[in-house]
Amino acid sequence: MALIYLDHLSATPLHPMVKEAMIQNLETVFGNPSSDNQVGQPAAAALEKARGQVAALINAADPKEVVFTSGGTEANNHALKGVAIGLREKGRHLVTSNIEHKSVLNSLRTLRLLDYRVTSLDVDQYGLVDPAAVEKAITPETILISIMLANNEIGTIEPIADIAKIAQKHKIAFHTDAVAATGIIPVDVQKLGVNLLSLAANQFYGPSGVGALYIRKGTPIWPLLDGGLQENKRRAGTENLIGIVGLGAAAELAAQEMPKSLPRIKTLKDRLLQGIVTRIPEVKVNGDPEHCLPHLVSISVTYIEGESLMMLLEDEGIIVNTRSACASGSLRASHVLIGTGLGHALAQGTLVFTLGWDTTEADIDHVLEVMPNIVQTLRDMSPIYKKEHAVG
Amino acid sequence: MAYSPVVMDHFKNPRNVGEILDPDGLGEVGNPVCGDMMSVYIKVKDNRIEDVKFKTFGCGAAIAVSSMITSMAKGKTLEEGMKISNADVAEALGGLPANKLHCSNLGADALHSAIQDYLDRKAGKVKKGGEADKEPHIKGIEGGKCYCPYCEAKVQEEAHFCMFCGSELPHEHDH
Repeated sequence: MALIYLDHLSATPLHPMVKEAMIQNLETVFGNPSSDNQVGQPAAAALEKARGQVAALINAADPKEVVFTSGGTEANNHALKGVAIGLREKGRHLVTSNIEHKSVLNSLRTLRLLDYRVTSLDVDQYGLVDPAAVEKAITPETILISIMLANNEIGTIEPIADIAKIAQKHKIAFHTDAVAATGIIPVDVQKLGVNLLSLAANQFYGPSGVGALYIRKGTPIWPLLDGGLQENKRRAGTENLIGIVGLGAAAELAAQEMPKSLPRIKTLKDRLLQGIVTRIPEVKVNGDPEHCLPHLVSISVTYIEGESLMMLLEDEGIIVNTRSACASGSLRASHVLIGTGLGHALAQGTLVFTLGWDTTEADIDHVLEVMPNIVQTLRDMSPIYKKEHAVG
Repeated sequence: MAYSPVVMDHFKNPRNVGEILDPDGLGEVGNPVCGDMMSVYIKVKDNRIEDVKFKTFGCGAAIAVSSMITSMAKGKTLEEGMKISNADVAEALGGLPANKLHCSNLGADALHSAIQDYLDRKAGKVKKGGEADKEPHIKGIEGGKCYCPYCEAKVQEEAHFCMFCGSELPHEHDH
């Protein structure tokens, strides 16, 4: 059975053109980009080509502002710890939101061990950060503000440009985790006004395990990985060239395809969302209805648990993601959903669909066809379903 | 999910789903807040579990456990039913992933709770209506690590809640 893959946030299949670029590189180039000879030079050329491709995607002023990493997690770690170390004399306070990705929150947890202080702002029921709240949290000791561009669980897009203006006004560095957004929606570091931005290739049809940190010229930041002089002395270590070539190709592709793909995906997402709320009663839609990623649907289904729902959908060939505690390795409820004020019980029944450029209308219709019955089967099995309905 | 074929079978074709409207014994454990909740209903005749049904809010493992343990309990005497342990259920299912073992605890407890409820009713004890059975939460000695009577220690490491009584377990890195 051909799979209906709706978990693009976890990983995207390699685009054929990305695969082609990577195979080409595998077959013809093996040298170390740092070797200044005829073996290393093609590697260096491939590296710089990819750098240019990524810089173009995010409209960086200079390709040198793009530093390749092992993915979004490393980029986030580097932004937070690098600035904290770099500006340790200036202050020890950072501001963030409480729905950031774990790579941000846990990096801050480590900084707390080193006596940095963190203000973690609450979000509203839609997951939105209030720029006024950011400004209120700023102190003379604040050295970095980190707010994600789009949330990977509920899709909410934050008012980054507005927050950047506040950061600039107070002359504080501003980082945004744009992993869930880059390659999906237009991301322009000049329009956004950020100092630092994280992105990852596996979100936009590139290989897993590679990403980049954009560092605006003039941003004081210490390296995360110490050692040699690679990445303009920002990030030591012999480069993962094959991955980086893939990232570059994917970036160029994303820039080209986005004008066509984005509206198409948005239409399919709306079809899915409308279909679900029409056919299944007592479903809560998470995230901001207006400022949301165009390919993400997060719903919480009352009375049932997410992993069992996800498994029964998989039985029908539909791959999605869930945010139930039981399905997460840590057995904790999603901090993002709880952060928006969702009750713990309802949070357990959360599914996240992320559509891709290869998703079709027929795929969506098949989901809408099978899901209501699956939900009803699980509701009939649930001890809280009948109780609720017995009261009425 | 890394589930065994037996687990998948009991998950996709669960046995004994339903409720008994006038049960002789009712056991309710867990809490949808934690992500796992089970109700087990039994009918008792001549000291045997004549009929048993369950309702479960929970993951694939939880549903499979409910199906298996009710199948194992049907027709057994009350003593035999009380002896069915979570290890027995996990074994009958061909094993469970380590982070799902707490689901098997839930199944055994729901069954034992239903049997105990029957015995209590027989003895004339009045059951407090509608409350899920709760054991007092026992806090362990080492640095904030909590031990619950039901859960595997490994599973508790990062757990935000006690799986059974629903109490929050605050951690030093919470903000």
